[in-house]
Amino acid sequence: MAIRILRNFTRRLFGLFFKKRKQIRLGFYGPPNAGKTTLANRICKDWTGEEIGKVSNIPHETRHVQFKEEVEIKYKEKSLKFKLVDTPGIATKIDYEDFVKMHMNKKQAQKRAKEATKGVIEAIQWLDDMDAVIVVLDATQNPYSQVNITIVGNLVARKIPVLVVANKSDLKKAEIKKIEAAFPEYDVVAISAKKGKNMDEFYESVFRLAKQA
Amino acid sequence: MAKKIKGLTLHFMPYSEIARLESVERIKKLLKIILSNKVVVLQGRLSSEEETRLIEDTMIMVGNIKGFKGVELAVIEQGDDLTAIQKLRFGIAKAITGQQNALTIIGPATIVKEMKRNPKKLEVMMR
Repeated sequence: MAIRILRNFTRRLFGLFFKKRKQIRLGFYGPPNAGKTTLANRICKDWTGEEIGKVSNIPHETRHVQFKEEVEIKYKEKSLKFKLVDTPGIATKIDYEDFVKMHMNKKQAQKRAKEATKGVIEAIQWLDDMDAVIVVLDATQNPYSQVNITIVGNLVARKIPVLVVANKSDLKKAEIKKIEAAFPEYDVVAISAKKGKNMDEFYESVFRLAKQA
Repeated sequence: MAKKIKGLTLHFMPYSEIARLESVERIKKLLKIILSNKVVVLQGRLSSEEETRLIEDTMIMVGNIKGFKGVELAVIEQGDDLTAIQKLRFGIAKAITGQQNALTIIGPATIVKEMKRNPKKLEVMMR
């Protein structure tokens, strides 16, 4: 842990004094089905016209880390280049029978479950390589789940700047105040990645986040 | 009428039982108990890095141990509903006294259906 923090710190220090960082590695973390890929797709479409990955209502659609390099985001005549890193959802349990209930055949469901477990491990292993992280939460779900707290706790321990996104804010059940109360020390932005709601405020927050990276 | 729960075992563990262990050993010890279909109630909490390691090791086990579907995990801590200043005060006191004013509940997902947590309570739902 101490070595990791020191490595991150040294990397940032070198970046600060010796060369300007080419692009900021921006990670998307959160529980499954919070809308990480939908948000990454929204950003990619806004600034490159392309998408980063497939989305689905069935959890664990993203089972490998996926990237988009050199995404240039502009805000108020300033521009920054990002490497977007979309990660699989982090979970503490994966049951193939949950996929069967979503009309998948047993073989497909077992394959998906196996890949999903590997995806969780991959996502965790990538934490160290981020300059900044957007924690994407589903605003209709309880924010106090231990997975959310563990992710944020890890980022803090690694001294990686965090922005919390309360996604799906367009839905009736969305409780933004609850997310703000759960993470009072962080910038929380309410958006709908699917509908593109409140993206201006989101980009403003991303620029603030990048300053800390 | 509520359903009868058959064979539920709670394993209460004082923090002192894992305090001197290395992180890897701590997690191994907890997972060993969970694998024997018991729900661990740990005095105190793991560090956030240990919690992540626990998730990683759990995922490895889900892929390799037949019938194991993962864990349900929750931590309830004094201070969850405090203001920032109260939290700071409480944090300093905790650092000085080394208190473990938290409870960590970890159970196998085959037994524990869900853990619902808010700042004031933790509900553990069994299957």
